[in-house]
Amino acid sequence: METGSPGDAGTAGATEAARDEPVWTGLPPGLLRMRRLLLVVWLGLCALAAGLLPGLFAGPVWAVFALLPLALMVWGWVMLERNWRSWRYAERADDLLISRGVLWREETVVPYGRMQLVEVTSGPVERHFGLASVQLHTAAAATDATIPGLDPAEAERLRDRLTELGEARSAGL
Amino acid sequence: MSTTEPREEVTERRLHPVTPLRRAWAPVAVLVGWAVHDPDQAQRQLTRLTTTTLLIGLAVLIPAAALYGFLTWWFTHFAVTDTELRIRTGLLFRRTAHIRLERVQAIDVTQPLLARVAGVAKLKLDVIGTDKKDELAFLGADEARALRAELLARAAGFAPETAHEVGEAPSRQLLRVPPGVLAVSLLLTGATWGTLVAAVVVPTLLWLATHNLWTVLATALPLLGAAGASSVGRFVGEYDWTVAESPDGLRIDHGLLDRAHETVPPGRVQTVRIVEPLLWRGRGWVRVELDVAGSSNSVLLPVAPREIAESVVARVLPGVTVPARSSLSRPPRRSWRCRPLWWRGYGLVVTDAVFAARHGLLRRSLALVPHAKVQSVRLTQGPWQRVWRVADVRVDTGANKTVTARLRDADEAARLLHAQAERSRTGRRDARPDRWMA
Repeated sequence: METGSPGDAGTAGATEAARDEPVWTGLPPGLLRMRRLLLVVWLGLCALAAGLLPGLFAGPVWAVFALLPLALMVWGWVMLERNWRSWRYAERADDLLISRGVLWREETVVPYGRMQLVEVTSGPVERHFGLASVQLHTAAAATDATIPGLDPAEAERLRDRLTELGEARSAGL
Repeated sequence: MSTTEPREEVTERRLHPVTPLRRAWAPVAVLVGWAVHDPDQAQRQLTRLTTTTLLIGLAVLIPAAALYGFLTWWFTHFAVTDTELRIRTGLLFRRTAHIRLERVQAIDVTQPLLARVAGVAKLKLDVIGTDKKDELAFLGADEARALRAELLARAAGFAPETAHEVGEAPSRQLLRVPPGVLAVSLLLTGATWGTLVAAVVVPTLLWLATHNLWTVLATALPLLGAAGASSVGRFVGEYDWTVAESPDGLRIDHGLLDRAHETVPPGRVQTVRIVEPLLWRGRGWVRVELDVAGSSNSVLLPVAPREIAESVVARVLPGVTVPARSSLSRPPRRSWRCRPLWWRGYGLVVTDAVFAARHGLLRRSLALVPHAKVQSVRLTQGPWQRVWRVADVRVDTGANKTVTARLRDADEAARLLHAQAERSRTGRRDARPDRWMA
């Protein structure tokens, strides 16, 4: 799914434009797998409960309630892929771009010099699937620049590169 | 005791000897808090008390409070080094705060009414992350002023040997708000009347409905309190508002009973907002607010004529002229479907120095962000906005405020996003250094 045309800023000459053309990177499929598995497990349990309880106590016809979570699961299966596809990031010479969202689109630009802290986090479930997230903090708490579901090696590479670039271009508040 | 051992030749100082009196209130405050929280229980306990037990209680409580106050005072030290303000405190739980002077965003010296009577003042350094615990309360009034001058001199980058002698930087008054103008401006504020009307109407209706005195009192008192705070409280707090300029930055002094003196060093202002309530428009008055990271005060001018306010803004943000109203570009016509009516209030202009966005129909508010203060730029677009090809551009600043340019044309917004990131990166180059005198 193409999410807009993040072309260059139209700032200066052709060389600038060539340098600024972002090279987008998507997320590895691990995140999608993890989210889909979680979806199937939780909604599967819901469907089981919604089917068994009315089916046993109120008659077998009421077991159709199980279709509700199942329909939700199918819808979620598709939606998760769309959302996963929408996530992408680009490391440019001077700033990091993060673009996400299908219906509610959001694109964030963080100049490297403004980064105060780069964080790599990985919860137990994420670790099991071999995933890690990179989170960028600037002096503004509203800056919500997180890249989820990266390969741990890639997350660490990104962290080191961002830290290095941030130091080189450091600027305070 | 090991409290006074000198470390690396830093002279540690104690707070003013009046301080224990302030701390002595703590046990009393706990008792009062308990009584308010649980009045029935408190009353039952009070009736059981005889005069002798009361006297014994007081005999224990007062020395205990005095001892507590004395000990916290005794164990609180502060020291000024070349680069830091160090505060060491705590009787049982030790706490040491080292505040880096070059990161100072503002310095506040405040004098509550009782402190003015006693001739003492509080001093607080605003750095991102400091809180109430990091204020020096209390210092002698002259000592507080001398310490502020020294801290500013050191933060500015004067040589440590001379920082003592630099003294108070000369200041030049930019503006003083006359009490009459302040009073009229408060009378012309909707919030003042709104709270007053609520404080009169709601208890009356309740009385008619319930005829229960306690219910009426319980609602009337907080409402009256709110009405008082928004009218008299604001008048008292903003009385004699003086803005002055000095090489150390901007000085803001105000207050009738509690005096507050704030100093904002150069280059610390993140956002300036020019607010224009509906009823002030006829007189051409505006209110100017500013955001400094880590500082709680947000008013620069409570009320001032527009031209004077603009000249003060030009002083606060060097090289910035407030864009004229006609230079603001409105959202495209089709965007009325996203925000009927309100869309007319939005406007945006980007100059060489600032990103300026306006919102509000009746109470217009124009927010100015210097490019150098932009931390990140975001573009957001909801599904309905996509249909009409418009998008919002948000600019995040270091004072945790976000300025939003709403309902821009989608292509324009995408260009703006990247151009703004570029400007925010390059805008930093000609910004002044953190140590502004170095």
